[in-house]
Amino acid sequence: MTINSQSYFPELLKQYEQELLTDWLNNQLSTATRRTGLLKEAELREQSRQLMNSLRNAVQHGSLTDTNTPEWLPVRELLANISNTRAQQGFNPAETATFVLSLKKPLLTRLRKELEKQPDLLAEDIWTTNLLLDQLGLYTVEVYQKSREDVIARQQQELLELSTPVVQLWENILALPLIGTLDSARTQVVMENLLQKIVDTGASIAIIDITGVPTVDTLVAQHLLKTVAAARLMGADCIISGIRPQIAQTIVHLGVDLSAVTTKATLAAAFAIALQRTGATFTRANK
Amino acid sequence: MERIPILKLGDFLLVTIQVDMHDQLVMTLQDDLTERIVKTQALGVLMDISSLEIVDSFIGRMIGNIAAMARVLDAETVVVGMQPAVAITLVELGLSLPGVRTALNVDSGMKLLRTMLDQKEMANASSAR
Repeated sequence: MTINSQSYFPELLKQYEQELLTDWLNNQLSTATRRTGLLKEAELREQSRQLMNSLRNAVQHGSLTDTNTPEWLPVRELLANISNTRAQQGFNPAETATFVLSLKKPLLTRLRKELEKQPDLLAEDIWTTNLLLDQLGLYTVEVYQKSREDVIARQQQELLELSTPVVQLWENILALPLIGTLDSARTQVVMENLLQKIVDTGASIAIIDITGVPTVDTLVAQHLLKTVAAARLMGADCIISGIRPQIAQTIVHLGVDLSAVTTKATLAAAFAIALQRTGATFTRANK
Repeated sequence: MERIPILKLGDFLLVTIQVDMHDQLVMTLQDDLTERIVKTQALGVLMDISSLEIVDSFIGRMIGNIAAMARVLDAETVVVGMQPAVAITLVELGLSLPGVRTALNVDSGMKLLRTMLDQKEMANASSAR
């Protein structure tokens, strides 16, 4: 028997590709972890066939121990693709990795049958197969993890954008209702949004409403003051409104100096003074 | 040598910064502006920085200093048209320019200067009585 670079593994894949694929598929289809609702059988067959195919090509020329070589690129791409779609379809990491790892059983069974007479070579090849499939399995999990992290990062970004609307209350008057804790990253977004809106609308007064901010500590206060200072530099005055009694107490206890900013207890009071400053007057219509 | 133009507009001086500032340029501006205020007896300075996109701590401090110098020479300064990015940078640098009046654009800056001068005149008139 001719043996390619001391291992029978590449030869095995070449000779028994079809049989291995059938065994593997039967194996996958019969396991309890299979989720018929998420993945159609035809799709699974196609994925398995593609992986088998590219795996066979890779082992003919590529290294059997290192899957980072260029020969393995098609396999890695294919796996990344499969892993990504599975992450989106709602598979868990174990199920995703099992797709690759379940190939072990048919491979090892076939190896044992073929190399019955050569125990040394058999042991060697079992080890190689194990290593190789473990590497590929780990890679699948890695890609899975990455695609999930991307989803989380995107959602964080969306949350950031959603949570900082700037609304125009009146000609030259903007309001910025803040909801949730203010950290540095959010302050940055809030500031940028507010300043851009000031430029767009030419507003001269901005009301920052902090009714929805649960706690105001020194850091949050500093962030607020920064926003006020930046708006002032652009030529717009800021009014801070929606200060709850507890917040007023904490601000004073912490020694935060808000005397440079106009503060109001409610958004309504802030709006009234903003209208006054822009020169608008309002009266109750007599019936 | 490169210079920032200073235009006389009635009682006011109009400084429009159309290029990115460097240290030498802002020093020249400081000399030119103080000289012009004295020469023209201007009552107000309108500094338009809407084209200024990059500031460092030196330029930021000099904007504050120029406004302070003008005030010593009895001319009110209004800085107008600051870009959002510039405003954020200055605040992050700790330069919130407390002594400088600001406005969103030249139009509202001019209005602000006029009301400031009116108020000043009224205060002078009442103290004279």
